[in-house]
Amino acid sequence: MGTSKAAITGVANTACGKLEGSTCLGLHAQVARGAVADAGLKLGDVDGLLCAYSFTEPHPMLASVVAEYLGIQPAYSACVSAGGATGGLQVMTAKALVESGMCRHVLCLTGDNRLSGMAPGAAVAALAQFGHGQFEVPYGITIPAAYAMVARRYMHDTGLTASDMAHIAVTTRNHARRHPDAQMRKPLSHDDVMASRVIADPLRLFDCALISDGAAGILVSAAPTGNGTDVRIVGAGQKNTHEHLISAPRDLQSFGCKFSACDAFAEAGMTTADIDVAEIYDSFTITLAIELESIGFFAKGSVGEAVSDGALDLGGSLPCNTHGGLLSFGHSGAAGGAFHVVEAVRQLRGQADDRQVPDATRAFVHGDGGILSAHVSLILERQS
Amino acid sequence: MTDSLPATLPLPTPNAESRAFWDACADGRLTFARCTACGSVQFPPQKSCTACGGVTGEASEASGQGTVFTYTINHRAPGPAFAARAPYVIALVDLAEGPRLMMNVINCAPEDVTIGMTVRITFEQRGEMALPQAEPV
Repeated sequence: MGTSKAAITGVANTACGKLEGSTCLGLHAQVARGAVADAGLKLGDVDGLLCAYSFTEPHPMLASVVAEYLGIQPAYSACVSAGGATGGLQVMTAKALVESGMCRHVLCLTGDNRLSGMAPGAAVAALAQFGHGQFEVPYGITIPAAYAMVARRYMHDTGLTASDMAHIAVTTRNHARRHPDAQMRKPLSHDDVMASRVIADPLRLFDCALISDGAAGILVSAAPTGNGTDVRIVGAGQKNTHEHLISAPRDLQSFGCKFSACDAFAEAGMTTADIDVAEIYDSFTITLAIELESIGFFAKGSVGEAVSDGALDLGGSLPCNTHGGLLSFGHSGAAGGAFHVVEAVRQLRGQADDRQVPDATRAFVHGDGGILSAHVSLILERQS
Repeated sequence: MTDSLPATLPLPTPNAESRAFWDACADGRLTFARCTACGSVQFPPQKSCTACGGVTGEASEASGQGTVFTYTINHRAPGPAFAARAPYVIALVDLAEGPRLMMNVINCAPEDVTIGMTVRITFEQRGEMALPQAEPV
């Protein structure tokens, strides 16, 4: 078993969707106060601050800007930027900061109001700039198009089908319908997904993550605060293989998730069989399918049938993305992947209400940034 | 509100490491530089070799033959300039010399593109620049 004493002592999230009147910094403040209050602490107790990046507040020193807005002067502050892996990477970094003795309470904040704070289509255009400026962007690449190319090849190689991916979208929506803060809570059928408009063939509208306003806060402490259930960070791992799709592993299968998860499981002294609930990055349905198979929760070529048989449902073999994920809970930039961490903590504390996985003790959390480029895996454990 | 949408198709901005590549494209030639130490082909063009850290040397002309490794038919363009072309094919093409390029597959119907399809390089004139593109053999 892992020896780390680092614990997640507080979590908070805003609702997701179009939050009229919101600002990036205002959303940060909301979850900053929420996370420390959840831990029974005050903002003044925070001696480490990790922020990320924002489209609507594009200051390169966002951690300093957020600290100024909050009126705090933490002993340590920095920005962590790894796209969808940011939330997990903040927690991994905070774990190291508290284990080293540099900090006692590290507040990890992510948030953006990229739905209400940007012109229609501007977020899609801004995200396209993640492509290589000389060798991808001139060809009209978008993030959905890049994942669509990965999907096309993965389907060709493993037999995964568009129908299989539609089952992922439906399962995820069913989870979101049990979360009061989720952006998409209307019923979604398999037929609805299959009939939705094509974004980048073979990906359709409901295969793709949302664009949302929202924020998440996670407080990582050197030891439990004694305020509620103790959630320990017992394993963490990272692996980045590339940034741009043209430089990805040639088979478009050997992504970093396999390796980051392997390191996290090794540190925790666990295997996939020990996991009660999984919160895994789902920027697209294909993202989740590849990660579930690469990490080893399902054999290659089997995830489609497993999902259609209910494996990811609350009563399934691996309840997954129980908050509704990026597909249906919300995706507000770096906070998108942080919501997975927040949900894992709630599951382990038994605070997930209608979506609670009974007696969830061990959670696996995974974030992916870029085009399956940057990967961070976490294993969290409830300890009594 | 932030970010305005590009109304014209984006052009690559050559830098000191890529200028020779783009200059050759303007002459209708696709070139790849090799590492002077280990012989690895470097793409995207850069002065240090990703395989061994050596220095890349003079570029040599590529055959221009390639195979589609994967592709998408993109319907949701990143802005109005590309929206005028949508739906369009974006593919990863493996060149005979090894490098993998992202290109549009042009001069054919999008639904005729397949994984494993053989393509050859052609050049699209865009402003003062020429972009390598793929077309059926």
